[in-house]
Amino acid sequence: MSVVAPGLGQSSGPEPEARPDDGAKRAPRGRIEPVDRVFRAALGGSGAIVLAIMLLVGVFLTYRAAQALGVAKFSFLTTSAWEPDSRHFGIAAVLTGTVLIGVTAIVLAVPLALGTALYISEYAPRRLRRTLISLVDLMAAVPSVVFGLWGAFFLQGHVVGLSRWISTYFGWIPVFQVDGADPHDPLQANTVYTSSTFIAGIVVALMVTPIACSVMRETFSQAPAGEREGALALGSTRWGMIRAVVLPYGRGGVIGGTMLGLGRAFGETIAVYMIISPVFEVQPHILQNGANSVSALIALRYGSASDFGMSALMAAGLALFLLTLVVNFIASSIAARGRSGAGTEA
Amino acid sequence: MTTDLLNKQAGGTTVRPDRDGRDETPEVRRHTSSLHTSDVLGLLGAAVGSLALSALLFVWIAPFDSILGFVVVAYLLFVGLYAVLVSFDENGVAVRDKVAAVLWQSLAVLLLAVLVMVVVYTLWRGRSALVHLNFFTEDMSRTGPLQPLGEGGVVHAIVGTLEQISISLAVTVPLGLSCAVFLNEVPGRYARFVRTIVEAMTALPSIVTGLFIYATVILILGIDKSGFAAALALGVMMLPIIIRAADVVIRLVPGSLREASYALGASRWRTVWTVILPTARSGLTTAVILGTARGIGETSPVLLTSGINAGLNADPGSGPQISLPLATFDLVRSPQPAYIARGFGSAALLMALVLLLFVLARVIGGRGPGELTRNQRHRRVQASRRDVARMTRRARLRSAPTAPGSD
Repeated sequence: MSVVAPGLGQSSGPEPEARPDDGAKRAPRGRIEPVDRVFRAALGGSGAIVLAIMLLVGVFLTYRAAQALGVAKFSFLTTSAWEPDSRHFGIAAVLTGTVLIGVTAIVLAVPLALGTALYISEYAPRRLRRTLISLVDLMAAVPSVVFGLWGAFFLQGHVVGLSRWISTYFGWIPVFQVDGADPHDPLQANTVYTSSTFIAGIVVALMVTPIACSVMRETFSQAPAGEREGALALGSTRWGMIRAVVLPYGRGGVIGGTMLGLGRAFGETIAVYMIISPVFEVQPHILQNGANSVSALIALRYGSASDFGMSALMAAGLALFLLTLVVNFIASSIAARGRSGAGTEA
Repeated sequence: MTTDLLNKQAGGTTVRPDRDGRDETPEVRRHTSSLHTSDVLGLLGAAVGSLALSALLFVWIAPFDSILGFVVVAYLLFVGLYAVLVSFDENGVAVRDKVAAVLWQSLAVLLLAVLVMVVVYTLWRGRSALVHLNFFTEDMSRTGPLQPLGEGGVVHAIVGTLEQISISLAVTVPLGLSCAVFLNEVPGRYARFVRTIVEAMTALPSIVTGLFIYATVILILGIDKSGFAAALALGVMMLPIIIRAADVVIRLVPGSLREASYALGASRWRTVWTVILPTARSGLTTAVILGTARGIGETSPVLLTSGINAGLNADPGSGPQISLPLATFDLVRSPQPAYIARGFGSAALLMALVLLLFVLARVIGGRGPGELTRNQRHRRVQASRRDVARMTRRARLRSAPTAPGSD
């Protein structure tokens, strides 16, 4: 029993004096062969390239945006018009629009993601589980242009009725107010409710639900089996067990998944662009025609942009980049803080 | 304490179960399934009741005509009726349990229904363009807005998509996989930093990657807007996704395999090449395929870095080169019905491509590292049997080299 592996270092064996003492101090690690040196250098190099690409994104956006930011200064954050060629531009309107679309999307996506995650991890039959997981993954990979098509050509016509209903009965809440809509006029066309933040939000919600769902499901499925069985053995129902064990354990995953979804919702471009009709003023009424977002602005204006206009768009892109980065870091730090920190791989 | 009570009641003597008077009929097997008849009846009853009630409400009582409203009212009535039905047999806790189960299940059904609706709607609206063979063989350079679906097609977009995705895969697969190996094989503070940055970049808005490539490759290196630039933008977008998925898969390779390889004296490079990568092969393939599926559907980076063209441009090095999602986006902006039909056609084609990639990923991967399919297991068993046979034959030959005729 006194066999001590030579060269493994850190003599944690029970009898350290049993080690063959040949005077020379042993290296705690094995000898690195030349081919390994090259190999490790190559691996480190690929890591460095990836790191460089990722850091360069921020660096170059800042570098290109500097010109426009130097002209606009702080008015960049407070101006809502976008006329870079007359030096009158800012992201107040588009940033508000982005946040509104993101928040609408996440409010709709969280119950959907939570329900699906709970169903897959707690209720679904074992055989069905893998199929359901890959269907949710498939939904995450449906191209955004397809969601945009569906939203613009199919969903819009069905949702305007709902928008009208909400604005008629809940119009006293400022967010649901619609200017220019008269609920007592039966002949009024529904165009005032089309292309709104709400419709874009629904479509974006469907796009971010799978991501939020897979993060949540992952943490739920890691809830310790002992605690689950303990709750059941104490006579809890399945829902009682979920409330007492799974949800508290997966709280980090729920918040992290929500934030991750929010970050994705902020960055969504094409589906939003296909649905909204852009306005360049702060538009807090989510049911009303007209919305905007930073990414839609970039896609809309890059084609006709002058050099300075491009720099201004880069500045808008930088703002979006920083916004998603902050949301993402909050997401990962929250997800890592809970007991279930290890389980946040989407 | 119980025995005390028993003793008192029975006057100090131990009570034994009456063996002779015992019911000798065989015990009926307990029903252990979690599905009971009353549950099914409750669900059915609630469904029928809610449909009937909401139909009554919508047809007879109130002048409502919205399908969405009907579905919502019927669903709310269904949940309410189900709760009432269950409360006839069960207590409050059980009612809450059952209602919660119904709620979560219906949310999952809703999500999947939306997925099916999106996919089917796209394929259905795309069918009118897809039935024309010229849709796959012609481009749009000589097709005007008023020409019927029998002319023009999206071959330029198909070629563009395939070329761009191939170039970006050629860059991202070696880089992404070696970075994932790096994260696992050279652990330390540096690797942790790289991992944090990569994780933060998985949510990089795709339009920002387009802007980045525009700012660097097009403005600084002076390369034209082209399919190559678009491929680079797609690559920047796919890279974090592939690295993250591959990192998770490589982390799952059992440590015992790695240690066995080291114990046999293999170098790190040998271990990675002959043990870790083959073990994680199916998972790595899945990671790459899923990254491809994400990259193939991205529109905005291609819009910014390559642009829209109507003719076939097979050279990714120069000139705008459209891709399938971009063609969809461009075509449906037109008010012409034929253009919109072509847009749906290319969306359907794109969707079919993504579905194909997913089926591939499902067939190849989805298995943990080291988990084998039935055929693979069978082949391994066969190989090991052959080895055993070979070794015994050899041992026999060696033990009796002087008597070859004794076999």
